[in-house]
Amino acid sequence: MAVKAFDEMNSGTDGSIRVPYRGVADWLARTSPERVAATRAEVDLFYRRHGITFGAYGAAEGSETTIPFDIIPRVIAFDEWQFLHKGLSQRVRALNAFLSDAYSQREICRAGIIPEEQILMNGEFVAMAQGLQLPGGVHAHIAGIDLVRVGEKDFYVLEDNVRTPSGVSYVLENREVMMRLAPELFAAMSVLPVADYSEELLATLRSVSFSDDAEPNVVLLTPGHYNSAYFEHAFLADEMGIELVKGSDLFVDESRVFMRTPRGPQRVDVIYRRVDDAFLDPLAMRPDSFLGVAGLLGALRAGRVNIVNALGNGVADDKSTYTYVPEMVRFYLGEEPILQNVPTWRCDRPDDYKYVLEHLSEIVVKEVHGSGGKGMLVGPTSSKAEIEEFALLLKARPDNYIAQPTLSLSTCPTFVNQGVAPRHVDLRPFVLSGKKITIVPGGLTRVALKEGSLVVNSSQGGGTKDTWVLAPDQADGR
Amino acid sequence: MLSSTAKNLYWMGRYLQRAKSTARLIEATQRMALQSRGEEAAGVAAIFGMEDEFRQSQAQGDRLASLIDFLVLDENNPSSIVNSIGAARRNAREERNNITVDVWESLNALWLELSARLRGNRATLDRGALIESVKKQAVMIFGAAQVTLLRDEANNFLQLGAFLERADNTGRILDVKFHLLRPDGNPSAEGLDYFAWSELLACIGAVRTYRRIYRSSLNPMKVAELMMLRRDVPRSVHHCLWMVDLNMRELADTYGTHGEADRLAGELHARLRYARIDRIFDVGLAKFLGGLRGDIGTLSDEIGRQFLLD
Repeated sequence: MAVKAFDEMNSGTDGSIRVPYRGVADWLARTSPERVAATRAEVDLFYRRHGITFGAYGAAEGSETTIPFDIIPRVIAFDEWQFLHKGLSQRVRALNAFLSDAYSQREICRAGIIPEEQILMNGEFVAMAQGLQLPGGVHAHIAGIDLVRVGEKDFYVLEDNVRTPSGVSYVLENREVMMRLAPELFAAMSVLPVADYSEELLATLRSVSFSDDAEPNVVLLTPGHYNSAYFEHAFLADEMGIELVKGSDLFVDESRVFMRTPRGPQRVDVIYRRVDDAFLDPLAMRPDSFLGVAGLLGALRAGRVNIVNALGNGVADDKSTYTYVPEMVRFYLGEEPILQNVPTWRCDRPDDYKYVLEHLSEIVVKEVHGSGGKGMLVGPTSSKAEIEEFALLLKARPDNYIAQPTLSLSTCPTFVNQGVAPRHVDLRPFVLSGKKITIVPGGLTRVALKEGSLVVNSSQGGGTKDTWVLAPDQADGR
Repeated sequence: MLSSTAKNLYWMGRYLQRAKSTARLIEATQRMALQSRGEEAAGVAAIFGMEDEFRQSQAQGDRLASLIDFLVLDENNPSSIVNSIGAARRNAREERNNITVDVWESLNALWLELSARLRGNRATLDRGALIESVKKQAVMIFGAAQVTLLRDEANNFLQLGAFLERADNTGRILDVKFHLLRPDGNPSAEGLDYFAWSELLACIGAVRTYRRIYRSSLNPMKVAELMMLRRDVPRSVHHCLWMVDLNMRELADTYGTHGEADRLAGELHARLRYARIDRIFDVGLAKFLGGLRGDIGTLSDEIGRQFLLD
């Protein structure tokens, strides 16, 4: 890459250490390489023994790997976090307003801001969710907003995830591991805690029950232990003290949802589902699904059970709707967007398409519904053959792609085989929306471990870091 | 708690106990083989009701060695130690949120160790060390459950599975081995093969226990009494069925319901509690054990029906 990336530790004025990283820099300077190597070996063992594993899609059944964890934390100053917090809250409020609107009057289409077919013709649109009145008007209860940083003050939203975003268990476990491995660092710095996430999540889930019950029964619905995020499902259920259920544990009787117990059937009020829309209810969606519960959507429509996140949220977070989010902020909230989008070319627009085809070697092209770092082209790091191959895909279905300039993602010092070296990172904070909006400080920092790589997804060789938001009195992290 | 949770914990208890019993049995059999000759292998296969499978699977050569591989490693044998530990871990993994970190970690550590051993060369695989590991770590896992698990329904189901399996294992070992050693069912100590009978006790780890209790030389009737009727011997059928009954009662208290499983658990417990060993031999040990084992199987089915585990 021609432009040198912004390094979160070393890009201070005149190449000095940036203020929030001073504590970490001190620690790195006085910790011996042997100690660091020993610590890194401990980490992998810790994750394996705990069974904190990740089954990559396509790998042999039952295969489990750990996601590499880097022990140098990623640090965010308190004022930076305040800015992000405000921007994230605003963006998620707008997304929720849009989802309510998309499944009711579609005022935003009448106002001529978003064409109606962008919603109705979207493959993720769920007709059965039309007209539903959800508690608090909330559709995206848990949102993972992927942010990248390119300069001292420049943050961009890379994408919104409002279906079933995952990764929060790593936020909590990474912190546990960090506290165990480098207690001296915590003693020297004041880092905002993240451990209350599960508490806040449970409060959020309870606050969106249809019933007035003071203690609504909340369950977590998982596809089962072959799912790549199963560890996270079990972890969150355990942390919240709620039942971890599979479709076969639930049944619907007279529009009410029950779980099977040795005591007999027990009512369920809120389902935090980690099963995709298509598999939720074989009667309403895919009939071949064994992961869902027959009649679930009927119970939802009858107002007997709430499903979190709501159905059909995919209309708000695909990569072509993304381009409209700043307009949503203006339209629904009457505010100027705090967080910026990455400039995006939509290949269904002839001018944009032409530009993209001519500049494939300079830009990043993504599938509209793609995820996990698959189905994308990173022009500057691709070979001529790869670019030509991708061009064929693009020509076949222009409307399936969007493109963005290659951003020079910020880097963060990271342990690699050769020692400490800069590697590109992104950030996924988790935004909870119920009666109020809650964001646990920081989020999941993903790091591309390969030199120069911009792809941080765990399925593509990415790792994670603990993310530290410094307390207000800790400007310099010392 | 979910029915599927109850089911997973029940089977986790059963599989773990099965692996542990098998490990102990193999160890006793090996020791026996070092001290006397004889057709040990087929007899052990008979304990698992797997004479046919064993005969089909075994290669030419050392019969005992191939039996041990069948019981420890064979992927086609659903009750092999490796398969049992794998199944117990799968059950536990699905219930990560319902067991403590200590229980999960100790079971996961055992599974990781087995997987690492199996990745190496089969020819140089140290079977003895593997069996020793399973025995030791199974004790640690049950110990972790004992000291860390909440005493709730989940724990009851885990205990129920473990004790029912153990009752069945002990009954089975006694039934088959006694018959091999005394086909006529004669309980007298006349012409007794000391090594064979002490090996039978070793199968449930009770050689020294026998000495402590009876302070006399080995006697087939006393061996049978110890394995079946002694309530203070933790692997005796009586002790195990006592624990089964206890856990059933706690579940009945929790749920406020009674069913056929409760009745049968109580009846089996009472049968062992009030039995006399001389009367049992009057009827015939094989007949008594046959009835008992059949009823233990029925109890397992009834538990599944009553608590919707199926």
